[in-house]
Amino acid sequence: MSKVKPSLWALGVVVLALFPLIVTNPTYTTIGVFTLMFMACATSWNMFSGYSGYVSLGTGIFFGCGAYTMALISTHAPMAGGIAQFWLIPLAGLVAMVVALPVGAVALRVRRHTFVVITIALFFVFQLLAINASFTGGAAGISLPLIPWLAGYYNLPFYYVALAMVIFATFLSAGVRRSRFGLQLLAIRDDEDRALGLGVRVTAVKITGFVLSAFTIGMAGALYAMFLGQIYPQFVFDPTFDITVALMAFFGGFGTLLGPLLGGLILESSQQYLTLTFSNGSLYLILFGVLFLIVILFMPQGVVVRVSQLWARRNLKRDATPTPDATPTVEATAIAGASH
Amino acid sequence: MATLLEAKGVSRAFGGVKALDGCSLTVEKGSITGLIGPNGSGKTTLFNVMTGYVKPDKGTVLFDGNDVTNARPNKVFALGVGRTFQLTRIFARISVIENMLVATQRDESWLRGLTRSKSSPSELDAAMEWLDFVGLTRLASMQAGSLSYGQRKLLELAYVLVADPDVILLDEPAGGVNLTLINEISEKILALNRGGKTFLIVEHNMEFVMKICDKITVMHQGCDLVTGTPAEVRNNPQVLDAYLGGSDDEFDQAVASG
Repeated sequence: MSKVKPSLWALGVVVLALFPLIVTNPTYTTIGVFTLMFMACATSWNMFSGYSGYVSLGTGIFFGCGAYTMALISTHAPMAGGIAQFWLIPLAGLVAMVVALPVGAVALRVRRHTFVVITIALFFVFQLLAINASFTGGAAGISLPLIPWLAGYYNLPFYYVALAMVIFATFLSAGVRRSRFGLQLLAIRDDEDRALGLGVRVTAVKITGFVLSAFTIGMAGALYAMFLGQIYPQFVFDPTFDITVALMAFFGGFGTLLGPLLGGLILESSQQYLTLTFSNGSLYLILFGVLFLIVILFMPQGVVVRVSQLWARRNLKRDATPTPDATPTVEATAIAGASH
Repeated sequence: MATLLEAKGVSRAFGGVKALDGCSLTVEKGSITGLIGPNGSGKTTLFNVMTGYVKPDKGTVLFDGNDVTNARPNKVFALGVGRTFQLTRIFARISVIENMLVATQRDESWLRGLTRSKSSPSELDAAMEWLDFVGLTRLASMQAGSLSYGQRKLLELAYVLVADPDVILLDEPAGGVNLTLINEISEKILALNRGGKTFLIVEHNMEFVMKICDKITVMHQGCDLVTGTPAEVRNNPQVLDAYLGGSDDEFDQAVASG
C-alpha cells in the first residue's frame, strides 16, 4: 500500500480529527470511539496475523486482559476517575504483552488450522477464568470510577485517545512492514520451512510478532473499560470480538496496511449505526453475512487489493497505445499485488 | 583435499520404511560431488538430514569439523550450508528482490531484525548482483509467484548464493528444465566452483551429472553403494544392477542346472 500518498494519509487523519468537532451528536461520536477502537485492533491484529498468515482467533484474550487491568487497578488503587486513568492504558498494553508471551509460545508450536483452533481454545480458558476467578468480580463484572467531566464533552477525550491509538498502530504496522523482522514474517507466511533454512529464527520471530500485536489490543481493551465504566467478563472476553477483528482485516485487505483501517471504519461504523437504527433487531447480522459473502466470493483478497487492481487496469486501458499488448496488464497487476 | 561436509553411518526410518540405513557420504572442499540413485533410494532424505530438516535416528553429520547432527536448519545455514529443494520453494507473495533479501543475513540475531530496515545498501547491491548472475534483474520488482518454473529454480539458486554459503546442496537443479537452461545452470555451477564454492548435487539427468561432477556417490536402498569418478561409476556393475534391477543368482543357477 505504498501507493497511498502521505498527503492522503494526512487528509484521513485531519478528517478523523475534525469529525467529533463537526458532528457533536454524542450518538455519533460514540460510534466514532468504537470505530476507531476497532480500526486500531484490526490494524494491530493484521500486523501479526496478516503478515505471518497465522490467523489468530484469540485476540479477545488481550482485549479482555487490557480491560481487566484498567478496571482492577483503577478500582483497587483507589483512583479518582478521569484523566489520570488514561495513564493506565499503556500499562494495560504491557500486561497484554506479558500474557501474550506464554499464549504465543503455546499456540505457535502448531500451524494453520490447528493454530486457529488452539487460539480459540485458549481464548475460552481466559473467558472462563474471568467468569470464575474471585479477583475479577466474577459474572457480576466490575464498576470503574465515575468519569467527572460533562456529558456534552464526555466522548471527546476517548475519541482522541482512540485516534492516537489508530495512528500509533498504523505507524507500528508500517514500521514492521519495512523492517527485516516484517520481511521475515512475510517469508514465514509464504513458506515457513524454507525461511527456517535461510537463517530466519522462525519461532522467535513469530512469538515476537504475536506479543507485539497484543500491545495495542490490550490498550483498546483498557480504553473500552474506561469508556463504558462497567465491564462484564462475557463482553470483554467476547468471541465475536475475535471474529470481528479478523473479518475487518479480511474485508479491507489481509496483510495490507490500509485494509484493516478501511475494514474497521466501514464495518464497525455501519454495524453500530445499524444496531442503533434497528434497535434490538439483529438485522445487521444478516446484512453483515451478505456483505461477507460478496467479499469472499468476488474479492477474496479484500476490498483494497481488488480496487487497486481495478484502478491499475483502468489506468492501463486509458494509457493503452493503439496496439494494446496483453503482457503489461499482467505485470502491472502482479506489481500492484506485490506492493502491499 | 580436506573434507568439508560429511555424513557418517546415518540411519533414518519413517514408520517401517528405512529411508536411510547406515549411509555415509563425504564432500571434499572445492569439489562438485554428485549423488545419484534410483527413486526412493534416500537421496532427498540424506539432504534433509544434512541440512537439519530431518533428525537422524543414528549417525553423525559433520560440517567443517563441527558436529551438526541435530542442529536446526537455520543453524546449519548460518554455519555455511545452503540448499535448494527438489520442488522449488520460493516466497510467492513477496517480490523477487525481497526473496533475495530474506537470505542476506545468514547469522543475524532475530532481535536485530526488529530495529533495522529490511536491507542495507550493500545487501541490496549483493542481492542485485546475484540476480544479475542468474539473469533475473529485469524481474526484480515482480511478485515471485508470477515467475515461471525455470525462473523459480534460478531465483532459488540466487537467494541461496546471496548468503555466501561454503557448500551448496542442489536437489535436482536440472529437473523439469529445458535443455538451454540446463546448460546455463551447469555453466553457472562450474563458474561458481572455479570461484571456490563446493557443491553436492542430486540429479537424475546423467549427462548433466557426468559432465560437471568430480566424484559421484551412488545410493541404493538407503546406503551408499559406490563412490568414484564419473567413469568408474558408469562402468560399475553394481550400479547397473541398482538401476536396472539385480540379476537373481538363484534363478540363474536354476536355469544353468536345468
